[in-house]
Amino acid sequence: MSRSTTDAPSIPDTAPAPTVSTGRSPRGLKAPRTFEQANRRLKWLMLSPALAFVGLMIVFPLIFTVNLSFTDAFGAVNADNRYIGLQNYADALTDARRFWPAAWRTVVFTVVAVTLEVVLGLALAMLMRKAFRGMRVVRTVLMIPLLATPVAIGILWLLILDPTNGIANHLLGFVGIPPQEFLGSVSQSLPTLMLIDVWQWTPMMTLLLLAGLTTLPEEPEEAARVDGATAWQRFRHIILPMLWTTLLTALVLRAVDALKTFDILYATKGAGGGSSFEVETLNVYAYGLTFDYQEYGLASAVLVLFTLFIIGVVVLLRLRSGRKSA
Amino acid sequence: MSLIRPATGTTGGPRSVSGGRPSDPLTGPALTSAPLSRRSFGKLLVAAAGTAALTACAPRSGTPSPDAPLRVMAINHVWSQAISAYFPEFEDMIGRRVSMQMLTADQLSNSYNVKLNASATDIDVMMVRALQEQLLFARNGWMADLTDRVADTAFAWDDFQEAPRDRSITRGNVLSVPVVTERPALYYRKDLVEGLGGAPQTLDDLLAMSLELADRDNGQFGFVGRGQRAGAVSQWSSFLYSFGGDFTLDDGSSGIGTPEAVAAYEYYGRLLHEAGPPGATNMSLEQAMPIFAQGKAAFYVDADAIYSNFLDPSISTVQETVGFAPFPAGPAGSKPHNIPSWSIGVNAFSRMQDDAWAFVQWASSPEMVARLQAEGIPGARQSAWSDPETLASFPPELAETMRINAENGIGHDRPEVIQVGRARDIVGRPLVAGILGEDVGPVAADADAEFRDFLDRDNRQQEF
Repeated sequence: MSRSTTDAPSIPDTAPAPTVSTGRSPRGLKAPRTFEQANRRLKWLMLSPALAFVGLMIVFPLIFTVNLSFTDAFGAVNADNRYIGLQNYADALTDARRFWPAAWRTVVFTVVAVTLEVVLGLALAMLMRKAFRGMRVVRTVLMIPLLATPVAIGILWLLILDPTNGIANHLLGFVGIPPQEFLGSVSQSLPTLMLIDVWQWTPMMTLLLLAGLTTLPEEPEEAARVDGATAWQRFRHIILPMLWTTLLTALVLRAVDALKTFDILYATKGAGGGSSFEVETLNVYAYGLTFDYQEYGLASAVLVLFTLFIIGVVVLLRLRSGRKSA
Repeated sequence: MSLIRPATGTTGGPRSVSGGRPSDPLTGPALTSAPLSRRSFGKLLVAAAGTAALTACAPRSGTPSPDAPLRVMAINHVWSQAISAYFPEFEDMIGRRVSMQMLTADQLSNSYNVKLNASATDIDVMMVRALQEQLLFARNGWMADLTDRVADTAFAWDDFQEAPRDRSITRGNVLSVPVVTERPALYYRKDLVEGLGGAPQTLDDLLAMSLELADRDNGQFGFVGRGQRAGAVSQWSSFLYSFGGDFTLDDGSSGIGTPEAVAAYEYYGRLLHEAGPPGATNMSLEQAMPIFAQGKAAFYVDADAIYSNFLDPSISTVQETVGFAPFPAGPAGSKPHNIPSWSIGVNAFSRMQDDAWAFVQWASSPEMVARLQAEGIPGARQSAWSDPETLASFPPELAETMRINAENGIGHDRPEVIQVGRARDIVGRPLVAGILGEDVGPVAADADAEFRDFLDRDNRQQEF
């Protein structure tokens, strides 16, 4: 392994003309002595566009948002703002009318939707584990909800579930169920949107888990089968433990995404998550504070709290994963 | 390692190196042959970042290129579509291309928030909702002052109707020019009300007829209207005024807890709760309008500008039976709103302010307003309204409705505050309670207290 240029011995400027072996330039500048050293510097130069992009698009906005959260920014972010310390955080955390109900809905939406998606996704993946006639068609059909944009899906379901003109109530009428308000109802809106989310994202869960299942060795299950284990026992004690890492990765990915759900909520219920704020999650609330109310300071504080919450969820899941693996 | 190799055979020859170290006889010019040390690399990055920052912060002034288009941001509205057909005329006048971007109202508002927060110069003409955004934009310094420009006698500023004209002025400065005006119209089914004595003249009649004609179990509704918390406020305002109330009192305090306001809340709530369709609290224009267009409601109150939807056989089943009537009278008379729903102004950061004003002047000139009104787009110039030819495109009953509503009209349909969005959310809460069949009184009292606090804060923000 070659030494780094900073470790090279110091030679006065009056030294004889440099050679490659000394690693010195005539004016005392350290030159790379080997290809690896040169390559090490070059790689930073090559990386610099990506680093600049990350810095400009992620690090700077993050720092800017945190800074804004300590100000009373209102109306325009470039207007004169006063630093007000943690006042925005205090306002958000003591807001029982909007913030805490939104935080609760965020948790409920995520837990219920992701749980259903994991259970259904795993069930479908188990069903599709063995090859069957028409498997390609089934997989293609499963992909359809994933391909559509959430806003298009929102509008599609809004039309289907329209209480007056939608097809859903006509179909329910055939089986004797009275018309429902669905997204027009304060109590039915959130469950309806959870089911739409399940409809859209269960296929992704299925595909991820199916990929995990195909990599599992068949011998342990085969041995258990020979020993007389039932299908449930084989699933519970053989497949599930072996699939755990894949399952947890899929769960983390989907949970983080579900926590951030915005487009379908906004497309179906509009600003504020409905007339009684019935589907207002933290994301929708922060959007409203920013674009409807122009309260940039408070919105930034809510977003910082929301980010910390998401990081907390991920850390919790990772810790749990580590404990399970151990 | 040298990142830039010295050109072969150039030792001692001319160099294009600016400043820096002198050439070294052994290794050639310093900047081209010296190895890039870690410190130099750091300096290079800092210099690049500094240059980028300075470039970003540099004042974006100067004369725009003659090839640069005049950029207009507009709502996707029949006015925008109609005026764009005449752009070649204007382009010939100023010798510059016009580029119009059309967005939905929310998208447009969000675009302004994003772009103008960054002092963007890529918007020249702005289409705004004077009652929704102008006070905020004025506070932010985003709209150019047009006061001196509208004083040009050829522009005939006095020709604009008083209510829309007043709403274009903030703190004594004209910031926008109204191009589309709007009043509520009562749309009704002639065939259904024939046996009931025709269109209702009063709000009491409207309620009684709506309840009588409603057959909710069979999908037939007496009345349909907007029911979303914030979205319904503008249409509800005419009910509020006709009951004798307003959003604020003369001293600037909250008016939504007054008996008149509570009566208006209860009335509108009952109308939709007992005679309206299910899911009304999720209804804005997009949901309510099709219900009437498909013949499922007897009455509908909404903007007069949307009348063409009911005459279009491809989306309407009521084109033969739809009638138009002035807003019914309440205890305080018939007091609909008459507002500038869309106006145009000039971006304060635009580098083409003269051309942008030329566009505003052209698009809101007496001739253009008359021309567009003759195509069915109600403008704000009195000269156009006085010209029978411009009204010929409207159904006669609707033209008369618009004339009467304009005469009685009040110039705002929402609280006149900086944070209109938050104000509408507060004011709309009792409305939702009424539509859901809840007791309006306590909710109105709670909303009134919240609105009082809000107005105190908003008034402080108005000190600019």
